[in-house]
Amino acid sequence: MSALQDSVTRAPAVAAVPKGNIALGYLTSTMVVILLFAVPLFAKNFVIFQMTIWLIYAIAILALNILTGGSGQFSLGQSAFYALGAYTSAILMEHFGVNYVLTLPVAGALCFAFGFLFGLPALRLSGIYLALATFALATAMPQILKLGVFEHWTGGVQGLVVTKPDAPFGLPISQDVWLYYFTLVISIVIYVFAVNLLKSRTGRAMMAIRDNEIAASAMGVNVSLYKTLAFGISAGTTGVAGGLGAIAVQFVAPDGYTIQLAIALFLGMVVGGVGWLPGSLVGSAFIVFVPNLAEEVSKGLSGAVFGAILIVVIFLVPHGSRQVAYKIQDIVRKIRK
Amino acid sequence: MSALLTVTDLRAYYGQVQALHGLQFEMKEGSMTTLLGANGAGKTTTLRAICAMVRSTGSIQFAGTPLLGRSTEAIVKLGIAHVPQGRGTFTSMTVEENLQLGAITRKDKEIASDIERMYAHFPVLKQRHTQQAGTLSGGEQQMLAVARALMLRPRLMLLDEPSFGLAPLVVRDLFRILGKINREDKVSILVVEQNAQLALELADHAYVIETGRIVMSGTATDIASNEDIRKSYLGY
Amino acid sequence: MELFTNQVLAGIATGAIYACMALAVVMIYQAIDQLNFAQGEMAMFSTFLAWQMIQWGVPFWGAFALTLVISFAGGVMIERLLFKPLANAPILTHVAGFIALFAILNSVAGLTWDFTIKQFPSPFGSAPFLGSQLISTHQAGMIAVTLVLLLALYFFFQFTRIGLAMRAAAAQPESARLVGINTSWMVALGWGMASAIGAIAGMMIAPVVFLEPNMMGGVLIYGFAAAVLGGLSSPFGAVIGGFLVGIFENLAGTYIPGVGNELKLPIALALIITVLVVKPNGLFGRSVVKRV
Repeated sequence: MSALQDSVTRAPAVAAVPKGNIALGYLTSTMVVILLFAVPLFAKNFVIFQMTIWLIYAIAILALNILTGGSGQFSLGQSAFYALGAYTSAILMEHFGVNYVLTLPVAGALCFAFGFLFGLPALRLSGIYLALATFALATAMPQILKLGVFEHWTGGVQGLVVTKPDAPFGLPISQDVWLYYFTLVISIVIYVFAVNLLKSRTGRAMMAIRDNEIAASAMGVNVSLYKTLAFGISAGTTGVAGGLGAIAVQFVAPDGYTIQLAIALFLGMVVGGVGWLPGSLVGSAFIVFVPNLAEEVSKGLSGAVFGAILIVVIFLVPHGSRQVAYKIQDIVRKIRK
Repeated sequence: MSALLTVTDLRAYYGQVQALHGLQFEMKEGSMTTLLGANGAGKTTTLRAICAMVRSTGSIQFAGTPLLGRSTEAIVKLGIAHVPQGRGTFTSMTVEENLQLGAITRKDKEIASDIERMYAHFPVLKQRHTQQAGTLSGGEQQMLAVARALMLRPRLMLLDEPSFGLAPLVVRDLFRILGKINREDKVSILVVEQNAQLALELADHAYVIETGRIVMSGTATDIASNEDIRKSYLGY
Repeated sequence: MELFTNQVLAGIATGAIYACMALAVVMIYQAIDQLNFAQGEMAMFSTFLAWQMIQWGVPFWGAFALTLVISFAGGVMIERLLFKPLANAPILTHVAGFIALFAILNSVAGLTWDFTIKQFPSPFGSAPFLGSQLISTHQAGMIAVTLVLLLALYFFFQFTRIGLAMRAAAAQPESARLVGINTSWMVALGWGMASAIGAIAGMMIAPVVFLEPNMMGGVLIYGFAAAVLGGLSSPFGAVIGGFLVGIFENLAGTYIPGVGNELKLPIALALIITVLVVKPNGLFGRSVVKRV
């Protein structure tokens, strides 16, 4: 082992997460799901709307987690995939009258293809270079959406208004509540898919690449395939989140999808814990609710308050909420003994 | 001659795992001492403990100065040069810059002439002095590592498995030079080796470590001539 | 043809801004192996300090020197207080720390000096340089300052022991400790120097883009791009990268139809990425031998 040390000078960008620990146990998961289903019974419509947004961002953060936590690639361009998904849904619904449910798979597939293709040149880049490339994508996307050529479809700077769907089958619930349940079900499906993906052969191959790319390729892992695949899957998932976002917010416009969104998603991933999928929910809560909180503390200094809270969080738990979860797990184990 | 290095009751830990269990040995000024033992016996850990690169308790005295509690860089400044396993080469820098780095803590004016001395010891380094060190062969990198350590003008040099991964001929050459450095430059050398036969040929004193404890000590000739020790601990 | 020459010239003038910032980027990258996303905001903050001193009646070069000292100390302090405690945290957590720092500096500057744009004086004046309408004396002065800074940095890293020690500490921290280098202080020193260089960049840029809390947003991105294009390990590459990015951007804006101001940035970045795909270590970056 010592002979290997001299050349592996840099620690991998992403700390390895033990494979069994990427998700919660069955019992905890069931409890969380029951809780999430019960919330609308007690909450007001506005809170329910915010929770829908929270779930949607959680999906987007989960998607980034698949890419970064899973394959070790870093992206600041998630907002571009999110925007593409959002516009796909919006355009299909408003220009072609497609049912909103059906627009999501289209958004996902389109973003998958786009992400996969983007992953090809990105193969040559890693670390900071990849960050810059994805960053370029994120800054370009709002500008591209504003281009005159697409204005007929995208509505240019003005954007598009999207009709909010009613609950189907005459269910006696409000639009907000229906959308919340709809989002919740999709979130659960995507979460289960992601957990199984990372535990599968594909997931193992991706994580091998994350931990040591050269060793992985020496073991016969098709590095190019899995890296681009990770990009595609991540982009596709983000696209679905984007589509859901468009439906929930009822509006798409270029300035809703700037680099700031990509940065927020990134922060969500770090706060949640890189590579720990349930952390996506925690991270999403952070980026949805903490800015509001900061605004309430001080209007003029909301940025500073947000920054200070973020610093406190990363000081206390540099590995994100995953660290808290592991700690609790340890304590529970000790008590049982 | 007085003791240069005195190690008493040394215990070292990697996280929860204890790697050294009350190690005890000493080394005379000007001597070449070797630590022998199987894989995982604690040889490397001993060297790392001397340089404060692993959490440890007990006592390590270097020329009367206690080392425990000091930082790695402070210990280096006392005149202890450590050539780690894997050689610690600055791969992206040139050979000459590597040598300059070896003398980075020195304030005197003789650094340039010392670099020339190193080139005299290791002519291959002179040929490659502008080359990126990462492109050197394993043997050349080991020579560079030894030369870099000597640039400190150390009183004590710690060598961790210098023969690792090198061709036998290269190893012979390296050990010949080490012997010369020990005699002529009066540098005390503590060397950890798996190749016991080779180490015993050169060293004057030897300690055998097993699972974190010293189990045997003596002059190199005694140890080498004791067939029991050779068979049970050194495997030749 | 004259249009082309003029645009190249204008590109060099804007490129000087990017080159200056890119030097600060390379400096911090040498020290911590990462890009500091808050670097632009640090530079902005320093520039505000200088502006404040000038408002109080301190002469320009006095304020300039004082700002450098304060920025250096500030950079060291940020490292000691904020990032040293995070030394063992994952890299991505550091990036989150940069973003936090960004938010704090931007917000505090906004509250202290508000968001209206301010004039920042140029020590070189703003007359046409050698009769050219494309380059002003300020821009010529800025190019000169950048080149002087580059020389100083080159000298520092290649020929001083502390420069060598800093490079070693950045490249292989454990080995660096084994030759007696205090790596922790090297990192702090790197932060201090990067902060001071950023302050120079800020004070040179402010007369062109005007002073306000968001003035560095775009500039930093171009600075990153320039540094990456030049190869992050090379100050020389960073400066060349800065000029090239400036030229790229201007030519793209002039010759590619439909490219307004808005699309200049993405196109410049796309070009850089194309270069990187062909030369992953940048134009002047040293390739690193990688083994398992």
